[in-house]
Amino acid sequence: MSRHTLSVLVENKPGVLARIAGLFSRRGFNIDSLAVGPTEHDDVSRMTIVVNVEELPLEQVTKQLNKLVEVLKIVELDPASSVQRELILVKVAADRASRSHVLETVQLFRAKVVDVAPDAVTIEATGNADKLDALLRVLEPYGVRELVQSGMVAVSRGPRSMTDRSARSSTVTPIAR
Amino acid sequence: MPDQVTGAQSLVRSLESAGVETVFGIPGGAILPLYDPLMDSTRIRHILVRHEQGAGHAATGYAQATGRVGVCMATSGPGATNLVTPIADAYMDSVPIVAVTGQVPSAAIGTDAFQEADIRGITMPITKHNFLVTNPADIPRTLAEAFHIASTGRPGPVLVDVAKDALQALTTFDWPTTIDLPGYRPVTKPHGKQIREAARLIVESSRPVLYVGGGVLKARAWAELRTLAELTGIPVVTTLMARGAFPDSHPQHLGMPGMHGTVAAVTALQKSDLLISLGARFDDRVTGKLSSFAPDAKIIHADIDPAEISKNRTADVPIVGDAREVIADLVLAITTEHEAGHRGDYEGWWAQVDRWRTVYPLGYDQPADGSLAPQYVIERLGKIAGPEALYVAGVGQHQMWAAQFIGYENPGTWLNSGGLGTMGYAVPAAMGAKAGRPDATVWAIDGDGCFQMTNQELATCAINDIPIKVAIINNGTLGMVRQWQTLFYNERYSNTDLGGAGRGAAAAGARVEHIPDFVKLAEAYGCIGMRCEKAEDVDSTIERAMEIDDRPVVVDFTVHQDAMVWPMVAAGTSNDEIQVARDMAPQWDTEGGETR
Repeated sequence: MSRHTLSVLVENKPGVLARIAGLFSRRGFNIDSLAVGPTEHDDVSRMTIVVNVEELPLEQVTKQLNKLVEVLKIVELDPASSVQRELILVKVAADRASRSHVLETVQLFRAKVVDVAPDAVTIEATGNADKLDALLRVLEPYGVRELVQSGMVAVSRGPRSMTDRSARSSTVTPIAR
Repeated sequence: MPDQVTGAQSLVRSLESAGVETVFGIPGGAILPLYDPLMDSTRIRHILVRHEQGAGHAATGYAQATGRVGVCMATSGPGATNLVTPIADAYMDSVPIVAVTGQVPSAAIGTDAFQEADIRGITMPITKHNFLVTNPADIPRTLAEAFHIASTGRPGPVLVDVAKDALQALTTFDWPTTIDLPGYRPVTKPHGKQIREAARLIVESSRPVLYVGGGVLKARAWAELRTLAELTGIPVVTTLMARGAFPDSHPQHLGMPGMHGTVAAVTALQKSDLLISLGARFDDRVTGKLSSFAPDAKIIHADIDPAEISKNRTADVPIVGDAREVIADLVLAITTEHEAGHRGDYEGWWAQVDRWRTVYPLGYDQPADGSLAPQYVIERLGKIAGPEALYVAGVGQHQMWAAQFIGYENPGTWLNSGGLGTMGYAVPAAMGAKAGRPDATVWAIDGDGCFQMTNQELATCAINDIPIKVAIINNGTLGMVRQWQTLFYNERYSNTDLGGAGRGAAAAGARVEHIPDFVKLAEAYGCIGMRCEKAEDVDSTIERAMEIDDRPVVVDFTVHQDAMVWPMVAAGTSNDEIQVARDMAPQWDTEGGETR
């Protein structure tokens, strides 16, 4: 098994997320991470889907995804040639004794403190999965009270845009009668 | 300036604009606004069925018999959920149907309103696409898209769920002239390089087989297929979904492959060095145990659906395209190879294949007790009704015998539920086929188990002048399940005895011999009922049924209970383990490397 990141452009229509999530589950795939959001085109949304799967089943699920009428384009993003980011918000126990150690960790990982209470701080961090895992390992001994994590978003490196071509069809089909 | 109409009127005009002539359905609360203007349509015939499942299968039968899109209609909630089985059936067999369902008013959606069901959510995994319409202005475009999606590419069912208030509101009707679906672009034209590679493999192979699936019928490619077969001289097998795509009488036809295929067809696939798969999908019922399927064969896999290619068996030459265009291009490319002096030599292969065919023809035994052999009934039916008639089977033993013992010469004359295996398909599908092709003789060949699932549509047939003929192959049991119990469950017949032919009823001490009495049931539905229990009466009974064309006919053929479908490849085993009868494997001779 290996991790694959799929960027999927879809028409921004109700139910499209259910269609895609349903397809993964009924074909027997687990989604590791999923992020959905708007793009620079109002009528197009972008999903970033991380799956843990072998090559051949990945090809099959990609083909099945492509068959969905509302799916416009699918690109697999290679970690080496793309920027991949997740965001976490983590609430860590920090009293007067431990706070300075926690803050030091925050600085080392170039994270941010976004909320402070007398016995806890909330930290915001972005990065790839490895960096965030490392941060959490260091914070663990202080006591993680609450953790929330976003799905991964990713974009290819270089000047080319996934939405440039074929995101919108220039051709329309006459009705066959 | 387009006319002001209600959403319901817009929907009726959309159906008319899509060329719809026949709709099967049942009204109900949420879809009532649509039924009002439907009454005034002079172009659409609405056939009121007795159960929504009947409407769905009828739409499927109509589509399979005519090649056009079948249409069914139901109200929200239970009406819509009753369509789920036929929609799943059409999805598995790639049949173009459009289902229109009423939905509760948009303001009530999500409130668990009376007769509310999320039919769009429910049918997402079993439709090619589906829509929920809440804005009446979207109705014409949505219907145009639905018909386009259902009928193009790999065909399939499309559901359009329309909220009641969208049907009631005023809107304008404007039928679109173009379709804009940026995410839907089926590839029909095959890649030239792949075609040339396929042609090269074909002329270089020594044991090729044309493995023909239902896609050839969907693409109306039977003429091209025949040209290809005769140009190359390659043996042909037709899957359950492709019976009729190539004439059974053709000398190159080895019959049906698969779990109950002919020895020649199954073995030819197994021993082949090149499978040319056209619109087939390497279904488990064809391949048997996948890892041992056709172990020496290279695979040319042509399909309009790229997701089918290499799904089960990795293709050496994948070809995405419409079967008709693929086959036409293959013919040209192979002709070019022939002109260059490259021609396949299949003489040794044919010698092997012919031996299998001669030694192991399809056959059956007459029951020792003198009772009626089901295979004999079906065989005679095929002979007397002839190759122009349409045969519509249910699911089970009778379906397999109908696939085996009727000679199919024409495309579109064999209808059945292949992928989903839906018991109860036959009667409503035959009704749809007859409604679409009123001049054809339509025989439903049904089991007594299947028949009791959907026979209420006989009322629809009788009232609407749809004179189908039904042959009930009545063995008083769920025959195929019983066969598995005989073979794999130590003859413990758990819950398969229907008692329909008197046997079980008598054992249970019941006073009535036949429960139900299919002859009386037929008469109750306004049909002619007949019963046949002896071999010598079979021909005269079928002939009498053939003479009746003013009302439906139901013939109860009371047959032997223990007849089994042979040959058989047991589920999950290798095709190499095909048995021609119980505990009887073919004897392979070893000369000439025959056993690989």
